[in-house]
Order: sequence, then C-alpha cells, then structure tokens
Amino acid sequence: MKPTHEGVPPAATAGGAAAVTGPAAPRRGARERLTPPSWLALLFLLPALLLLGFLVVYPIVYSVIRSFFDASGGSFVGFDNYTGVFQGHDDLVAVRNTVVWVVVAPTLVTIVGLFFAVLTERIRWATAFKLVVFMPMAISFLASGVIFRLVYQQDPDQGVANAALVAIHDTFKSGTTYPGAGPRTGGDQLVHEQGGAVLGSAPVSAGQTALLPLVKVKPEYLPKDAKPAAQPPAAKAGQVTGTVWFDFTKGGGGEQNKPNAGEAGLPGIKVEALRGGKVVAKATTGKDGTFTLKKVPSGAVTLRLPKGNFTASYGGAEWLGTTLITPAIIGSYLWVWSGFAMVLIAAGLAAIPRDALEAARVDGATEWQVFRRVTIPLLAPVLVVVLVTLVINVLKVFDLVFIIGGGDPNANVLALEMWTKSFGGGNDPGSGSAIAVLLFLLVLPAMLFNIRRLRQERK
Amino acid sequence: MRVSRGVTSRRAVGAAVAAGLLLSAAAACGGGDDDKGGGSKTSAGGTELKGVTVSVAAKWTGTEETNFRKVLQAFEKQTGATVQYASTGENTDAYLGPKLAAHNPPDVAILPQPGLMQQYAAKGQLKPLEPDVVSEVSQNFSPYWKDLGSYQGKTYGVIAKAAYKSIIWYRPQAFSDAGVQQPPAAWADLVKDAGTLQDSGTTPFTLAAGPQDSWTLTDWFENVYLSQAGPDNYDKLAKHEIKWTDPTVAKALQTLAEIWGKPQFLNGGVATATKTKFDESITQVFGQNKAAMAYGGDFAAANIATTKAKVGTDAKVFAFPKAGDTAPAVIGGDVAVAMKDGKGAQALMKFLASPEAGKVWAGLGGYLTPNKAVSPDAYSDPIAKQLIQQMQQAGDSARYDMSDLAPAAFGATPGAGEWEALRQFVSKPTDVKGTQATLEAAAAKAFK
Repeated sequence: MKPTHEGVPPAATAGGAAAVTGPAAPRRGARERLTPPSWLALLFLLPALLLLGFLVVYPIVYSVIRSFFDASGGSFVGFDNYTGVFQGHDDLVAVRNTVVWVVVAPTLVTIVGLFFAVLTERIRWATAFKLVVFMPMAISFLASGVIFRLVYQQDPDQGVANAALVAIHDTFKSGTTYPGAGPRTGGDQLVHEQGGAVLGSAPVSAGQTALLPLVKVKPEYLPKDAKPAAQPPAAKAGQVTGTVWFDFTKGGGGEQNKPNAGEAGLPGIKVEALRGGKVVAKATTGKDGTFTLKKVPSGAVTLRLPKGNFTASYGGAEWLGTTLITPAIIGSYLWVWSGFAMVLIAAGLAAIPRDALEAARVDGATEWQVFRRVTIPLLAPVLVVVLVTLVINVLKVFDLVFIIGGGDPNANVLALEMWTKSFGGGNDPGSGSAIAVLLFLLVLPAMLFNIRRLRQERK
Repeated sequence: MRVSRGVTSRRAVGAAVAAGLLLSAAAACGGGDDDKGGGSKTSAGGTELKGVTVSVAAKWTGTEETNFRKVLQAFEKQTGATVQYASTGENTDAYLGPKLAAHNPPDVAILPQPGLMQQYAAKGQLKPLEPDVVSEVSQNFSPYWKDLGSYQGKTYGVIAKAAYKSIIWYRPQAFSDAGVQQPPAAWADLVKDAGTLQDSGTTPFTLAAGPQDSWTLTDWFENVYLSQAGPDNYDKLAKHEIKWTDPTVAKALQTLAEIWGKPQFLNGGVATATKTKFDESITQVFGQNKAAMAYGGDFAAANIATTKAKVGTDAKVFAFPKAGDTAPAVIGGDVAVAMKDGKGAQALMKFLASPEAGKVWAGLGGYLTPNKAVSPDAYSDPIAKQLIQQMQQAGDSARYDMSDLAPAAFGATPGAGEWEALRQFVSKPTDVKGTQATLEAAAAKAFK
C-alpha cells in the first residue's frame, strides 16, 4: 500500500480536499432550488414512517414490554421470563441446539457453497449444475421439511437415508436369515435361548435325532422355497439328524413341538454340535428344515443354532432419535441453503482478477496454494457476508425444525420455543416475548455488521 | 488496473450483501398464515337468515372437513345463511388466540378440548347460549354432556362431535391366523394374545408414539387408569387433586410396560414407535399388514378408509380390555362455542345441537354424538352402531379424556408435559419413578 500512497502527488490530495470544500457553497444554493423543503420531504416520508412504526417499531416495543409481564399479562415479573429461558432441562436443550445451529450450520453451508462455486468454475455444464444446486431454494421450507421427514423415516422401505445405509451395510455384511425368531415363551420346551443363540434343551449323542422347533418367524423372512417340515431322517452311526421348523400351525391348533402338517421347515439355518463349549460338527438345514450332522464323535453333544441366524437385520441409523435429530435437520438446511451460498460466492469468484491467480501459478504455486493463499483472501469479504447472513437466518430457523422434529424436544431451538411458549400450547406470551427479544438482540450485531458493510461498499 | 479491480470486487460484495439482506427479509415475511377460508354457496331452501354470513373454524381437514361442510350445507339449506369454513390446523389455540386478542374471532369455533372452552370462558371471550339453544341442548343431551359445555352455571358449548376412545382396532385375519378366536376382554388376555400373535410371526402392535401424536399414549394410560383406579380417582387425577407420584399411577404405568416395555411387541421396535405418527400407525396395520392391532378412537375409521381394508370386515374393533374392575369408557369430543353475538351464530349453535345435524353427519360416517335424539339407526357404518351402544351402556362411569381436561401445556402440547413424559416412558419402560416425577413436575407447573 505504501508505494501507492507515495505515488499520489500531494497536489491531488489537496485538490480532492478542495473539491469537497470548494464547491460546497454553490451546491447549497443548488439544493435550495432543486430539493423540496424539509417539511415537505417529511410529509412524503410520513406514510412510510407510519407504516414502519406500526409494523416494526410498535411490535418490537410491545414485545419488550410484554416480556416483563407474566403469562396473563397482569403482573410485572421483572427479568424472570429472561432467566426462565435458561432454566429447566427442555429450555436448556433449546439453547444448546441454537448454539449448535449457529456454530455449525452457517460454516458448513459456506464451506459447501465455496466448494460448489470453485468446482462449477471448472466444469462444462456449470449453469445446469448451479441450477440444480440452487433449486431447493425455490421450494418452501415447509415442503422441504416434509420431504426430509420422508427421507429420515426409520423404516428402510420408506426412508431414503436408511435405505442407503442398509444397502451399503448389506453389501459388506449379508443379512441374517430369520431375525427375531426364537423359542416359544414359557412352558416345557425342546429348545431355549441363551445369549441370542438357541440351544437344544436335551443333549443328544450320535445315532439320535433331535427336534428343534422355532416360533416368531416373520412371514417376510420365510423363504419362498421352504417346504413343509419333515420328520428328521434316520441317523446312521456317527450322525445326528434333526429338523428345524416353524412350529406354528396357521390358525392355531396343531400339536406343539411336532412338525405337523402345514408347518414349514426353515431352510438355511446353521446348526452346530457342541461338546464342552467346542464345536465338533456343523450342518445347514435343507428346504424341509432337516439337517444331518456327520462325524459326530461318540458321547453327548448339545445342539446349537448360533446367534447369527437370528440377530435383527440392520435397520439403519435412528436419524430422528435423541442424538442425531439436530444434525439431521442441519443436513436438510444444508440441502436448502448451499445453493444460495454457492451463487453468491460464485459471483464473488467471477470478480477475482485472473492475473493474480496466474501470477501465483507462474511463481510456482500449486493449485491448493493458489486456492488457499490467493482465492480465499480475495474472496474473504464475500465469505464473511454469506456467513453473517446465514447466522441471521439460522437464529430464526423454525419451519424445518417444526416439521422434521415434529415437536420432539430434542430438536428444539429458541425460535420454535418462542412459538410453543406463546401460541403452541404454552399459553405464556410473556416468556415467548422474552425469547423473541433475546433473539432480536442476538441478531442485532449481525444485522449491524451487514448494514455497515453495505454502507462501506457504497462509499 | 489495481483500482478497477478493487471496484469490481467491492461491487460484488455489495451485491452479495444486498441479496443477503433481501433474502433474509423475504424469509422473515414468509411465515404469514394464509386463510384457508372457503365459502360455500347458498342454496335454495329456508330464507330466514338470507344474507347472513356465519364464519366457522374447526380443526378438521380432509375427509372430516368434507363431511362437516356437508353438515354446514344442510344448515345453509335450512336457513339460507352463508357459512364460511376455515381450518384452524392441529393447534386450535394457536389459531384462535391471536384472533381473539385482535377481537376478530370467527362467529362459531369448534374447540377440541373443554379445557380450552373453560379457558376462553374465564376470560369472557365466549357468548353464552340463548335460552332456546340451551333448551335444545337440555332436551337432546344428558346432564353430564351439558355440564361439560358449561362454565360457572352458564352454558356456552354444544358437544358437536364425540370420539369414543376405549377401543382397539385389530385385523381379524391376523387374529385367526394366529388362532386367537376371541378378542381379549381383560388386560392379561391382551398380553397373552400379543404373545401368541408374536409366536405366529405377526407383530402384535403399532404404537403411535411420535412426538406430534403422543396423545395416543395418554389415551392408553387413561383407559388403564380408569379401569384400575376407578372413576373417582380418575376425576381427582384429572383435576390434579392427587399427585402423579401416587401409587395408582405407578401401577398403571407398570401395567402399560407389560406391552410398551417389550420392543418385540411393537412394529419396528422402540426406534420406529417413537417416530410413528397416528395415521402411520393405522396404515401400518391395515395397509401394510405389519402388525395386528393399533390403538385409535372411532375416528381411526377415516384413516382405515384410505387403505384397501374395509371397516367391519378387514378392520374390526374390540373394547379396550379391562385392566381392573371398571370397564373403561373414555370419551373425547369437540365443543362448539359462539364467539360473537349475532343471529347467525346462535342459529348455527342450535342447529348443531339438533338431531338434524347429527343425522346428516351420522349418515356420512366417522362420527359419533352423545345426542340422544340421534338413534343408532342413523349411523351408516356398523362399527359406529356398535360403539354408540357401548357408549350408551357405559352411562355414568364414562369419563372425558383426562389430558383434554388438563391445561394445554400439560395435556395437549407436542413435545411437552404428559405427551412427552409418556413418550420417554416408551423408550425407558423400567423407569416408572422417573416418569412419575417428570409427570408431576410438568403437572405442578401447568396447574398453577
């Protein structure tokens, strides 16, 4: 900067100063002729001022006053409504979530927007890409909320997020055969459950057969090629045979613990023979549920259907559960707003002089260094504006939390709490107003920052 | 070069700031509510109220709204008045509160809870019914229902529509597949049959424990509590004269845990149950055959109608099993109140109290009324006929939905009070003590 200053001749500065003071006198004369008198200006401004007064100033002042009164508005309570915001578990959760939102959401959106903006500079179908990323901005928040409620549905058959997780999970780890199946509860049973596995109650030895009845088999997990359960085949020497089947006759009835007509065998179940805790033989059931364990050493063994047959299938993440709900909603916010950030940052990017980047490249900077040391510093003002605008926006995030959270207190934020307290059942406009004033005070510095910035640019 | 460069980038920043401010301003304005007011056309018929416009607000949407509009059309035909209907959305107080504060409420509003009626009446925001309307009410309704619509001796409300909440909907096919011949009559049988259903491979229940629909949980609780602790304790708990830390409450919660506490009994386990909305819980049973039973009042028939299942054959109801000595009969209902003076408002109130309105509505389905002058024959569907008889049998031991009698902050707010406490209990069914403490803390605050 210094050389530039030195380069400017003192005369020019003096001239500039003169330009300000010099023509001032004649200009004042001109103003008298060309601009209306101040009372007339005021008259013209009056409608706007009145409107602003009614719609902006009066509500703010009234909210501030209301926030010092109790629910019915009858008695003055001082700052109780304000301290109330920070009391009680649910209120503190709302405050915590608001902090998380303000810290995480704008940063994330700006980073993603920057990423998209830089990338679109280099791809061929940039406009189409930008259009797609920007499109969510055209959808109302309420509709976005509804969309993401569906995305985060728990059931993988309905929620895209969990469907994707389950698909990824299942490519690496195949699903179990009969989740949820197990022995019948109560009574004298041939099998019993132990640590997720199903064990035969009576020990068997080579040459014997075993019946292993199971219930609680969901129809959707029963293979189509399953055949009616058969009696175990005769066991030869050194063999243990048996049947694993769904011991439930449709419509009730049927003798328990016997493979009756109409009961299906359970194919594909792994059967192990144990002795002293060690697996001595293994088999898998056939289509009619029968199995044959070969080369069983003499002596008693216990039959086990290992846990892997029954563990519940992977159902995806609990997106709208206690811990993930706020991150999940922030994700939907990202989907909506990253286009906005991208467009503004792309505009700033277009204004960056190419020669600065080129100069850096000529000097041997890598692309990352160009990005990190040249692009970002030149973009900084735009990035700050985007960030601050988003902070303002995030402080009053309501629609997405209202729709996706559906009232879950773990998703609560101050703006939603304000509504709940005053209208959504709380019936306490006093504490609602207190939250509103608090939010207003929090937004104020960001607003002032943006306005100052705008003024500076105008100068 | 340098100067011009500075200018362009600054301009870009300026534009960015301006766009940002504009957008945030636009977003700020975006939240305005749009009135869904839809006028109905006047038709030929009576003319005594010709030219009079009556505005009505109720929370009904969808099928319920269509049916109510037909009832209103009957009123228009009878009187010649024009009726404008607006839906308040789920939260009636949130809709009416600001309108009342601005002294611009609808002529007639239909409130989902008598608690809300009491609240408005106490503030003097309701117009008492005129003598001829009161006599119409006395003629058609039993004293219990008239009292529900009264505040400090004055009658303000007409029970426009009742909901019978002591039933469980089930899929007969699932029951017969599992060999359950008779729907259970006692709680122990319900638990046993649930086990049998589970053995047969069918999940016994769907539970609508999503934050926005946790009212179903309060209904479960009320049925069990009314059954075990009896009507007198029920009344006391409803008025918070006994505390939620009472042993009777603990017993009811422990009883509920016999079903809520078994994740295998609930479709998708606890993770799904605590996110499930009421309509989803019904379609999961009757649309997707994912479970055998779902809790829902008679109004669930409207949800079942959206699936392929037919009410009466594929979807049936049984009375909520007795968990104690009393057969529970928990009833909800919407109270119509007049919020403005005027001939039109009172005429509509009188119409709603009359058997004519009840008959039209009963013929459309999804409707029950404690109006004695509407005979069971007027109901179009067999289930409603069954329920209206059950309701009339319950007689004096029938009780109004407890959570709807409580202040809204405790009994009717998603994510707070009783709703959320019971929802948390579904996640932690062993924590009876903690749940009771949470309930009592919330109740103490709301009943102040």
